[in-house]
Amino acid sequence: MTDRTSQASTGLRSPETDFREGLLALIPHLRAFARGLSGRPDFADDLVQETVMRAWAARERYQPDTNMRAWTFTILRNHFLNDLRRASRTTELVDDGVDLPGMVSPPAQEDAVHVSDLEAALLRLPDDRREALLLVGAGGFSYDEAADICGVPAGTIKSRVARGRAQLTGILGEDPAGDQA
Amino acid sequence: MMTRYPCTEYTLTKPHGSGSGGPSEKRLAPRKPETPGWADGLRKLYDDVVSEPLPDSFNDLLKKPDQAGDD
Repeated sequence: MTDRTSQASTGLRSPETDFREGLLALIPHLRAFARGLSGRPDFADDLVQETVMRAWAARERYQPDTNMRAWTFTILRNHFLNDLRRASRTTELVDDGVDLPGMVSPPAQEDAVHVSDLEAALLRLPDDRREALLLVGAGGFSYDEAADICGVPAGTIKSRVARGRAQLTGILGEDPAGDQA
Repeated sequence: MMTRYPCTEYTLTKPHGSGSGGPSEKRLAPRKPETPGWADGLRKLYDDVVSEPLPDSFNDLLKKPDQAGDD
């Protein structure tokens, strides 16, 4: 008999129930990360759904009491990299034949409902800087957590964040000295 | 009888010497360096998506693998 005191256990809940609920609660966050990574709402949603399916299939590999958000973000990130690589080779893309010279191109006209300057600037960043900024600056992960997700040392994340910030500041033309209360 | 109060314990003398100028006061720097004006925008960008209502496709999402069972 294993006492599972990790999640809130109201009565007899199976670990799968806890996992499913944890995963469902993360979907909005996964969508935010995927949206920022790809810049495309529809593509991002497909990415998230794939991620959720994969996370569910891999649920036995998830260690309870560990950071499920980081765990699922890692799955999504890896899937993002692999999916785009595969798609760019076969030219079978989610959207209608949009060229992906690198990993991400600016959103198509149809998707560009609310492409703010910040979003556009973010998409101009190299993938590694953009994801570092999304994880640390937007997602609230620590440098160490972001490092785990990206599979690099924390120092690498720090430099990516710093360079990403500098680049964004350059693109957006704003002063970094923003002590805005 | 006079009680003697040892002066060593209850010295109320002001701390003399180089009390000022020492490294006693450190500026508590914020965790992150200068926060650019768009930093809040970045977080808002993220939070806005988090706040979005989920499309219906997500509601059915975790029911399928439950029924399908396999990958």
